Amino acid sequence: MATTRVRVEDRAAFLTRREHRIVRVLALVGLVVLWELFTRAGWVPALFLPSPLGVLRELADMARSGQILTHLAASLERLLLGFGLGAAAGIAVGVTVGFFSLADAVGQPVIAATFPIPKIALLPLLILWLGIGEASKVSVIALGVFFPMAINTYTGVRQADPLLIRAAVSFGAGRWSVIRKVIIPSALPMVFAGLKLGAGTALLLLVAAEMIGAESGIGFLVLQAGNLMETTKLMVGIVVLSVLGVLSHWSLGRLERLIVPWRHT
Amino acid sequence: MRVIVERLSKTYRDRDARQVVALEDVSLRVEPEELVAILGPSGCGKSTLLNILAGLLPASAGDVFFEGERRPGQPLTATVFQEFALFPWRTVRANVEFGLEELGLPAPDRAARARQHLEVMGLRDFETKFPHQLSGGMRQRVGIARALAVDPAVLLMDEPFSALDAQTRTLMMEELLGIWERTRKSILYVTHNIPEAVFMADRVVVLSRRPGRVLDVVPIKLERPRVEAQQGEPGFIQAVDRIWGLIKSQARAALMDAGA
Repeated sequence: MATTRVRVEDRAAFLTRREHRIVRVLALVGLVVLWELFTRAGWVPALFLPSPLGVLRELADMARSGQILTHLAASLERLLLGFGLGAAAGIAVGVTVGFFSLADAVGQPVIAATFPIPKIALLPLLILWLGIGEASKVSVIALGVFFPMAINTYTGVRQADPLLIRAAVSFGAGRWSVIRKVIIPSALPMVFAGLKLGAGTALLLLVAAEMIGAESGIGFLVLQAGNLMETTKLMVGIVVLSVLGVLSHWSLGRLERLIVPWRHT
Repeated sequence: MRVIVERLSKTYRDRDARQVVALEDVSLRVEPEELVAILGPSGCGKSTLLNILAGLLPASAGDVFFEGERRPGQPLTATVFQEFALFPWRTVRANVEFGLEELGLPAPDRAARARQHLEVMGLRDFETKFPHQLSGGMRQRVGIARALAVDPAVLLMDEPFSALDAQTRTLMMEELLGIWERTRKSILYVTHNIPEAVFMADRVVVLSRRPGRVLDVVPIKLERPRVEAQQGEPGFIQAVDRIWGLIKSQARAALMDAGA
């Protein structure tokens, strides 16, 4: 047999993942530039697809006239109120159902039965009960946020490490101490996952609720602009909504880093 | 403080609703200032025994007593856990303060006592770190500091060093013996490592495989303070051989037991 000498090569090189930072930025910028060129070339009529610059100009106009602020303020109020109420109730129910077996026996089947209902289908009922005003809009958002929050919190509570619970008890912790000092901190990462999920749902329901019987709000703006064929205005509404979505996700991420520091340092 | 375990039994039902006898008629004593090791093959119920002593698990039959002088409010036991069981969301110092919070100590006293125990364990510069930022050995130091900070009447240790690498384990054993020489607390120390048990303990209680029964109690008459070099002495080797003789066949059976 012939003697050979072979150098070992890195056969896993193709598995390496790089960040491609520049590409990340270029992809987004490129899309917008392409869109601008498209509309300038007149390949699509502005009525169907206004140019990005046109949308920006319209946004500036609406900001100056205060129009966008009125709508934004109305939407934000509903969003924050609904999200806050839904999240608080969801966390409370999730912890209770997760920790107490009796609450589990009651809550589990009820949540399982009501969770699959598309919340927007309840809006007419809520309007019937609460009137066409703010209460029905806020409560449909709260309902939409409640379920992912309750289910995520419940899962987080159930996943709490039994060893840590035993350790806490061995150092004298009672029921409430265990909940406050072990169960809730254990569930926090899941709670934040739920908050992010809920934020998306909240935005969706906000727009839907504002399209049914509202006189203000971004959802109303989008619908009205669509009816009047004011496509640029409509696009402004969509841009504002997407910024709202990105912003809520980002701020929840920051809040998570602040409150759950042991997962990030 | 003296620990008296009298005819303790523990049976529970497994997932298939079969009766499993974890402990059967176990009696033993830990005298004041004594370090007793509980040793047995895997599945001998030694952790179950420790959990019952810590009040974390009810016994099926028999009794556990603690006898001796106790300051008002002094906890009977504090446990050092195999997997450390540190709270990941608490800094090192907050972990050590946990038991002190439950004892109702005011914050300045907690901080002072936690610092004092961190100092002893060589953790002074780590008090603001989170557990995941520490090595295994350092984490278990936090675990020991947390247990000692509440000044328990008896210290329970559940395989405290078995999650550590061999070198760290050797160092930690000596460190623990040093602490014990100073505090003279009764310690009940669960392990499956024979040389470790012989090196640390005044007496080694050898448990059988499930159902856990006391096979024998082996007194270790090595001089204290113990030093590593004693591990070559005839007395040490004889004790290790004697214990291995007691559990060898049992350990082999445990190895072949698929359900273990």
